[in-house]
Amino acid sequence: MALPFDTLEVGQQIGSTTVTITRQDLVRYAGASGDLNPIHWNSSFAEGVGLPGVIAHGMFTMGAAVQLVSDWAGDPSAIVDYQTRFTKPVVVADTTATPGEPGAGVDVVGVIGALDAERSTARVDLTVSVDGAKVLVKAQAVVKLP
Amino acid sequence: MTIDPTLQGRSYPAGDIYSVGREAIRDFARAVKATHPVHYDVAAATALGHSDLVAPPTFAIIVAQRADAQLIEDPSAGIDFSRVVHADQRFVHHRAIVAGDQLVAELHVDSVRAMGGGAMITTRAEISTVDGRPTATTTSSLLVRGEDQ
Repeated sequence: MALPFDTLEVGQQIGSTTVTITRQDLVRYAGASGDLNPIHWNSSFAEGVGLPGVIAHGMFTMGAAVQLVSDWAGDPSAIVDYQTRFTKPVVVADTTATPGEPGAGVDVVGVIGALDAERSTARVDLTVSVDGAKVLVKAQAVVKLP
Repeated sequence: MTIDPTLQGRSYPAGDIYSVGREAIRDFARAVKATHPVHYDVAAATALGHSDLVAPPTFAIIVAQRADAQLIEDPSAGIDFSRVVHADQRFVHHRAIVAGDQLVAELHVDSVRAMGGGAMITTRAEISTVDGRPTATTTSSLLVRGEDQ
């Protein structure tokens, strides 16, 4: 739950989480979003266009990473601005034969990067990485505080 | 294929209405692993002052990508979709998207920059309700890779 504005400090960590991803998650996202690009579900197609394998939709990673902020804010509609750059593809291994085994894990850490007293907003800067390598850069969510 | 540099400044008027449904919000929320009850439970959403289920923060991408499709599928633009890479994305929300909204998006091509043999295209979708309430502004940069990239 978001704290009152005056109790927050720049540099304060709001939380961290790891989002696990399977190929099934990508198929689900493809269906829900309408983004049916086969690089997100077909290995031979992905490799054929020069990728190391099936990769997650950038928008899947962006959408999943912000959940840390939604939960902290207490109301997801408090996120008034959210942006990122996609820098590195998230390769998702095929774990179909071992149900429950993730094909990739994305680590998300949120830190307060800026506070705006006039607008009563906090900017949460997200560090989003896989095995220590950043996959999103300048991932920032601006939260309107009560 | 070359990207037409005069694309910059082009706009596409609002196309079909996107009708926001409760199940679409629930499906999208599950797909991005969102767990907040305002995406699933109408009573939880109304308890926080919303008129119906609230869409997750990146839900507007559905409407934005439908608007982008007008440009990508426009033969005069010269864009090969299989060479498009999503480079960056921003959502500015003017109000929460809730179930029952009837949304339309007007697409603007804000910039086209040559990059190697390809181009970086920045589009902006102005999403509003069909009766004119500004809802979200989404900005997407799409890298169209050149033949040798």
